[in-house]
Amino acid sequence: MLPPELIAEAVANGLLAGAAYALVALGLTLVYGVLHIVNFAHGALLTVAMFAAWGMHAFLGVEPYAAIVPLAVAFMALGYGLQRWVIGPASHGDDGNTLLVTLGLSILLENAMLALFRSDTRSLGTEAGFDVVEIGPMLLSRPRLIGFAVSLATAALLWAVLAMTDTGKAIRAVAKEKLGAQLSGIDPRHIYAVTFGLGCACLAVAACLLLPTFYVNPRVGNAFVLVAFTIVVLGGMGSIPGALVGGLIVGVVESLGGLLMGESLGQLGIFVIFILVLLLRPTGLFGARA
Amino acid sequence: MNPREVWPGLALLAVVAAMPLVASNAVLNFLLSSLVVALAAQGWNILGGYAGQLSFGHAAFFGTGAYATAILQTRYGVNAWAGLAAGIALGALVGWAIGLLAFRARLRGSYFALVTLAFAEVLRILANAADVTGGAAGLLVRLAPGAGNLQFASRAGFLWLLTGAVAAVLLLTAWIAHRRLGARLVAVRENEDAARALGVDVLRVKLSAIALSGAITAAAGCLYVQNFLYLDATIAYGTWISVEVLIACVLGGAGTVLGPVVGALALHGVGELAKIALGHVAGPVPGVDLVVFGALLILAVAFLPRGVMGGLRRALRGAGR
Amino acid sequence: MTSHTTLPRRALLGAGAAGAGLLALPGLLRAQPAAVKIGLLQPLTGALAQDGELGRIGAEAAVARINADGGLPALGGARIELVVADARSNPEAGAQEVEKLQGEGVVAVVGGFASPICLAASQAAARYDLPYVVDVGVADSITARGLANTFRFAPGFGTVTGAAISNLVRLNDAAGKPCRTVVLVHEDGLFGSGLARLMATELPKHGFEVLETIAHPTPARDMNNIALRLRSLRPDLLIPSSYYGEFVLLSRTMRQQRIRPKGIYAVLNGAASNLRFVKEFPDAALGVMDCNHWHDPKNAEAVALKKGVEEAGRFWAYNIPLNYSCVKLVADAVNRAGSADRAKVMAALAASEFGGHVMPYGPTRFVSGQNQGARPVNTQVQDGDIKVIFPEEVADARAVFPIQG
Repeated sequence: MLPPELIAEAVANGLLAGAAYALVALGLTLVYGVLHIVNFAHGALLTVAMFAAWGMHAFLGVEPYAAIVPLAVAFMALGYGLQRWVIGPASHGDDGNTLLVTLGLSILLENAMLALFRSDTRSLGTEAGFDVVEIGPMLLSRPRLIGFAVSLATAALLWAVLAMTDTGKAIRAVAKEKLGAQLSGIDPRHIYAVTFGLGCACLAVAACLLLPTFYVNPRVGNAFVLVAFTIVVLGGMGSIPGALVGGLIVGVVESLGGLLMGESLGQLGIFVIFILVLLLRPTGLFGARA
Repeated sequence: MNPREVWPGLALLAVVAAMPLVASNAVLNFLLSSLVVALAAQGWNILGGYAGQLSFGHAAFFGTGAYATAILQTRYGVNAWAGLAAGIALGALVGWAIGLLAFRARLRGSYFALVTLAFAEVLRILANAADVTGGAAGLLVRLAPGAGNLQFASRAGFLWLLTGAVAAVLLLTAWIAHRRLGARLVAVRENEDAARALGVDVLRVKLSAIALSGAITAAAGCLYVQNFLYLDATIAYGTWISVEVLIACVLGGAGTVLGPVVGALALHGVGELAKIALGHVAGPVPGVDLVVFGALLILAVAFLPRGVMGGLRRALRGAGR
Repeated sequence: MTSHTTLPRRALLGAGAAGAGLLALPGLLRAQPAAVKIGLLQPLTGALAQDGELGRIGAEAAVARINADGGLPALGGARIELVVADARSNPEAGAQEVEKLQGEGVVAVVGGFASPICLAASQAAARYDLPYVVDVGVADSITARGLANTFRFAPGFGTVTGAAISNLVRLNDAAGKPCRTVVLVHEDGLFGSGLARLMATELPKHGFEVLETIAHPTPARDMNNIALRLRSLRPDLLIPSSYYGEFVLLSRTMRQQRIRPKGIYAVLNGAASNLRFVKEFPDAALGVMDCNHWHDPKNAEAVALKKGVEEAGRFWAYNIPLNYSCVKLVADAVNRAGSADRAKVMAALAASEFGGHVMPYGPTRFVSGQNQGARPVNTQVQDGDIKVIFPEEVADARAVFPIQG
């Protein structure tokens, strides 16, 4: 049997990892909840965000944490533009077509990164990436603790925007009842684009938080896509608290599963949860009743 | 049978079958890979196009067929044709099992799509770890060219076999589309609750669709193995095939008889064109051809929202006026 | 994608001058001999793009070198033209590209990198009796199919793991057996899993105790739990067998968690024999050993090649000298065959005793397609560089074992 300190630290690691996954899943769940599309370009957009964060550091000397706000704004704009002028018009409102458009977009973006930056795997290499905080017998990575805090803050901020601002209310209106919202004078195309922009902004924040402890290459986003989908399903499509809680749960399950069964078989834990949630409670933990 | 879709389809396949007379081996090989994807996509089309249940995890059936025939040949010395039959049967069984779990839980739309993805991933992880599938090292089927072994020394032989398979499924799809099962599939797709109210056994219809779908895609998996003779978990259950059949069907026109075939050929064709056209221009810069491919995919959807078949229908209708 | 590399200007000028000189002599008018095409198949896009790019660098360097040295003498100074094809990191695309290369009239195909791609591509080439020289792909099945066209210049999986184990035993014995407990961390693909299985059975026979075997997927998002296990198990020796990104994550996490085993003995590790890793993480990389493909550090041509690559701003890794050597091997075979006829080239390869490569293998000798002299070497990161520590005849440094601190 494994010693309790080991399990405790695995749980702590899982929570830290889960917060990062949750941030990646936030954008995905928002886009699904409002636009009702499965965004296949999510991983590629994360890759672009990570290259942007890396580029800010490599070419402009901006530290990842300092880059959070400017990149979030930039990606908000990028996401808005993509949905308003590429994905929306090309899809003609059909779900199957949107899948194809986002797939095409992901191929385009990934290979654009490859063409621009080549296939080398790059890392930030700053000493700060190795800082640890000692909590009892546990050695927790400082960048990941910061990431945990910022993830929670971002989720809270996003929730506040949706609950309290006019735009947020418009987004929720369009998500619930598009026709009614339209009749109230809300432009769904604009709202869709804003939502997609918010999703991309979350990815930008996630990228800045991941960069100190991770690496960047044209495929890096793909590693997070399936786990993000799992979290969206577990938390309930369209629910922000769901994405956060779901992320933390998935992080802990992955961590404990890895500890007990080895990392490779441990991945089964994630998918088994995925399937069980879908079969037994498909709306997820916080999702609206279908 | 609707002659409007079947005859052009058979004509197209006849042209493909005649290719060995005029085309280079590179073209024949291209047609071979496209037809394997086309066959797998025809399977997807039954479930996703006609029954309206989009699947993101058809790799689960492709890989099952592939592993079934590979394991039977390498570990038990079973004949390749018998392996093909076993693969098809197992594909149908796995389809039925996944369908039972998913449809009984009333999963629809994106939920259903994601659960199929999860099943495919679970199978991939298990296949990579298990001994019977060769684990991470995979399985290598012994090279023994001969029609009796379902291996062909020439590209032509294999191409004819594939063309025959695709044609057979084409006829099967057209036949189903105009029988009661076809009508029921469409009814379930268009409005499940109304269909149920009209007395359609929705669960049974969906289960038939997914079992048939699984069987056809599994056949594609078996034929893939016979061509390449090597199989591992990523090749069998990886997301690549799930994505390709999805793109092929939507691009070609989901829910049409010819859509998957046209879509697969178009998808691979565009990919090759991009490679050839940009190979000289881009030189040492990798990925440029795929950037163009992605852009072309987006443009294709933008200008052909009903897929290639939909676009053709529109054009023909316009021309007929 | 197939693209033809531009010929280096020197070679063009040289050829032009030679041609003009010949024209000046009446009665000695000769046509410029046709270029000999060699196909290069590498995964230039997709998951393996990093390795594909490195392979291409090596192959192009070899072609430039051969052409600068005057081309193929037995064919009248014919130049080599490299036809580059992108395998897109999957076997079907690899096989399709072989068909295209075949159509372009290449005399042989070099490369593949990943075993599944090598298997599919060499099989496709076999249909045309087109010689195929594998650059890296280690699966033993590649040379066990009885295909006369398939040659592997580098060692296969069995050779590498056997050497890794015996070299480890020797290393440990020479240092007074400081290490007894071992943890194996491996990627869950072909070489990682196979290696772990073999090590788990063989190491106990030499007095080692395998505490645990941990498999991880590629890509892996997080290595903290593996580091956690290592911290609690406290093995003397860590044996990691992973691709680049995962080992970067693992070594960073280990450093952060203050885990310093007495030795890190990697096998076929994507980062431990990659100078980018050494340059970007000097502290995490210091002392890491690898049993992997590597060039002969005492070979002047290898040293010059490495210098040229680094001056061009790229990082050195084993794919470069391997592909360099494979292309030179094929060129030598064409030269000895006296023509670009595939059957003759295949026969020349089978009988090859080529020593003009830059790997520590000695002259080539192919039995059933496998180069018998091929072997991995043991390297260690020392002084910000990767040194060969074993075998002695090619070593340029001594092992530091166990790692202090």
